[in-house]
Amino acid sequence: MVTKIYIPRDSSALAVGAEKVAAAVTAEAKARGLNVEIVRNGSRGLYWLETMVEVDTGQGRVAYGPVKAADVAALFDADFIHGKPHALSLGLTEEIDWLKKQQRLTFARVGITDPVSLEEYLAHDGYKGLNNALKLSGAEIVKTVTDSGLRGRGGAAFPTGIKWNTVLGCEADQKYIVCNADEGDSGTYSDRMIMEGDPFVLIEGMTIAGVAVGATQGYIYLRSEYPHALITLNEAITAANKAGYLGDNILGSDKTFHLEVRRAAGAYVCGEETSLLESLEGKRGLVRFKPPLPAIEGLFGKPTVVNNVISLASVPIILDKGAQFYADYGMGRSRGTLPIQLAGNLKQCGLVELAFGATLRELLYDFGGGSASGKPIRAVQVGGPLGAYLPESQFDTPLDYEEFAKLWAVLGHGGIVAFDDSVDMAKMARYAFEFCAVESCGKCTPCRIGSTRGVEVIDKITSGKDHAKNIQLVRDLSDTMLNGSLCALGGMTPYPVLSALNHFPEDFGVSSTGLSSEAK
Amino acid sequence: MSDSQTIQNVSAIIDALIKEHQHRAGALLPLLHAIQDAIGYVPESCYASISKALSLSVAEVHGVVTFYHHFRTQKPGRHVMQICRAESCQAMGSEALEAHAKQCLNIDYHQTTADGAVTLEPVYCLGNCALSPSVMVDDEIYGRVSPEELDALIKEAKIAEAKA
Repeated sequence: MVTKIYIPRDSSALAVGAEKVAAAVTAEAKARGLNVEIVRNGSRGLYWLETMVEVDTGQGRVAYGPVKAADVAALFDADFIHGKPHALSLGLTEEIDWLKKQQRLTFARVGITDPVSLEEYLAHDGYKGLNNALKLSGAEIVKTVTDSGLRGRGGAAFPTGIKWNTVLGCEADQKYIVCNADEGDSGTYSDRMIMEGDPFVLIEGMTIAGVAVGATQGYIYLRSEYPHALITLNEAITAANKAGYLGDNILGSDKTFHLEVRRAAGAYVCGEETSLLESLEGKRGLVRFKPPLPAIEGLFGKPTVVNNVISLASVPIILDKGAQFYADYGMGRSRGTLPIQLAGNLKQCGLVELAFGATLRELLYDFGGGSASGKPIRAVQVGGPLGAYLPESQFDTPLDYEEFAKLWAVLGHGGIVAFDDSVDMAKMARYAFEFCAVESCGKCTPCRIGSTRGVEVIDKITSGKDHAKNIQLVRDLSDTMLNGSLCALGGMTPYPVLSALNHFPEDFGVSSTGLSSEAK
Repeated sequence: MSDSQTIQNVSAIIDALIKEHQHRAGALLPLLHAIQDAIGYVPESCYASISKALSLSVAEVHGVVTFYHHFRTQKPGRHVMQICRAESCQAMGSEALEAHAKQCLNIDYHQTTADGAVTLEPVYCLGNCALSPSVMVDDEIYGRVSPEELDALIKEAKIAEAKA
C-alpha cells in the first residue's frame, strides 16, 4: 500500500525548510524500501508548527510538527507512517483545537488538497459554484452575491455585488475582471495562502464574475514578491484551460473567459485599484482621479471589476451553497467570514478564518497564545501599514467593519500585527510616514510632500525641539493628508500616526493629560 | 567572452524578448520583467529599442522602469538579499537584523559587496509575516531569521558560488 505524506509547498513552510524536509522524507523512504507518495499541499495555517507533515493513515490524517529535516529519520524510526507517537506528534489534524474552533469557508480546502490537482479540487466540492452559475442569468448571479452580504476583503469593504452590478449594467464590447493580488500590507498573507494552497478557488471565483458581468478576459495582478504563488497559479490555469474550465465555450456553455497572471513590480501603491489598472496598462502606477469609477471606465477604458483575492475566492461557496448560507455567518453589516492573519510578536501566528464578531482579545490570546517574547502585548496594528494601532483597552472590540470604524480604526485585509512592550510608538509613527514617502506615487501633494515633512516633524518631537508646537503641527499635517490626499495611501497614513500619538502619548514625550512636557 | 561580445549577446536577448512581448496588451511591464529575469537588470541602453517597438517615448520607458522598486538599471551582485522592513518583522527584531547585515556585508541598502557577491535591498513585506523576521535571497524566502542564520545564508550563497 502507498502511504500518502503531505508536506506543504506554501512559501512560509518553505521559509522554514519544507523543501529539505520533503527531500529527507523521500530519501529516507527510499533507503528503507517504503512505498510513500509525497503530496505538496498548501499550509493548514498553523505556522508555528511548520513544517507540518501529515500522514494519511486511513483513519484520518495525523500531523507532526514542527519538523526539521534532521527529525525525519527519527520519525521513520517511530513508525510515523502508520501514525505512531513521536515527540512531534500533534494527533489527528482535524482534532487540533486551533483548527476545530475555526469556520473555514473560503479556506475550506487549503492544506487539505493538492493545490494544482483539478481532480482533487473537483472531489472536494470544487466548481459546484460555477456549475450553478452557468444555469443562472448574469443578474441572478449578481443578486446572489449581493444578497450574501459579501464586502470587499481587500480593505475597503465595498459591497461586491453592487460593484458587479455596475459593470453588468454597462454596455461595452469588452469588459474585464481584475484580481488585485498585490497583497502588500504587512501582517497579511491570506491571498498568498489561497493562491499557493487552492488556486482553483480563485480561478473559479473569477470565472463566475466573468460569466456574471459579461467579461471575457481576466487578469490576476500578482505581487512580484510571491514567486511561488506565480507557479501554482500558472499550473492551475493551465490545468483549467486543458479541462475546459477556462477559455472558449466553458463546459459547453458558450461562455468565454480567458485568464492571465501579470506580475506587479514592487510598488505598494499599486494595491490601490486605479494605480493597479495603470500598471496593468504598462504605465507608472499613478493613482487616477475618480470618477470615472473603474466599474465604468477601468482597464483600457473598459468596464472592469476589480476585486481582492479573498473576495473572489469567497464567491464559489456562495454560488454553491446559496447567499443565505454565507449571510448566516457574521454580525451587523459584516456578513460571512473573515480570514484573519495573526502576525508579529505572537506565539502562535497563522490563519484563522472566523465569522465576523470575534474579539481581538480572543484572537491574540486564545489563538495567538500571547506574545512570542513572553512580555505583555502593548499595541496591535490591524489592517496593514495604514491601519490604526490599538491599545490593550480596545482589545475587546469585535472584528466588525462598523465597530472598528467607531474607534477610528480599520479591519482592512484582516492582518493583525502584535507588538510587545519594547515597542517605541513614536518610532512606529515615524515609520508610517517614512513608508508613505517611499511608496507615494507622487501625484498628489499631501501624500508626496506631507509624508516627508511628517518624518521630519516626528524627529523634531522625539528630539524635544519646540515640542508642543510640533505635536500640533503633526496633527495639522495629518488633517491635511487625511482630507486632501487622492487615495488611501496618503489619506490613511494618519491612522497609524495619530492612533500612536493618541493612545501612547508617553512615547512622544506627552503626559496622559495631553500636555507635552515642555508646556507643563 | 569579451565585453563587446557580451554586450552584443545582451542586445540580442533583449531584441528577442521585445519581439515576443510587444504585441501583448499593456506589454511594457511583462517585457521589463522578462528582460530582468533574463539578464538580471534593465539596461538603459535598451530604452530606445523598447520605446520604438511599443510606440512610447524614451522618457515614458525610463519613467516606468524607475517607478517600480523591483526594476533595476544596474547589474546587481550575483545574489540579491532582501530584508523585510515592514511592521510585523519590526515587531520581531528586523531592525537588529538589518544592522547586522549591513555590518557584516559592509554595505548599505542598494549597494553591492566589493567582491560582487551580494546586493542588499530593503523590501516591504514578503507575506511571511507569521514567521517574522523574513529575508529573501534571490527567489528563496527564509523565516524566523536570527543574525546567526543570516550569517549562514551569506556563507551558503558563497559556498554554492564556489562550487558553481
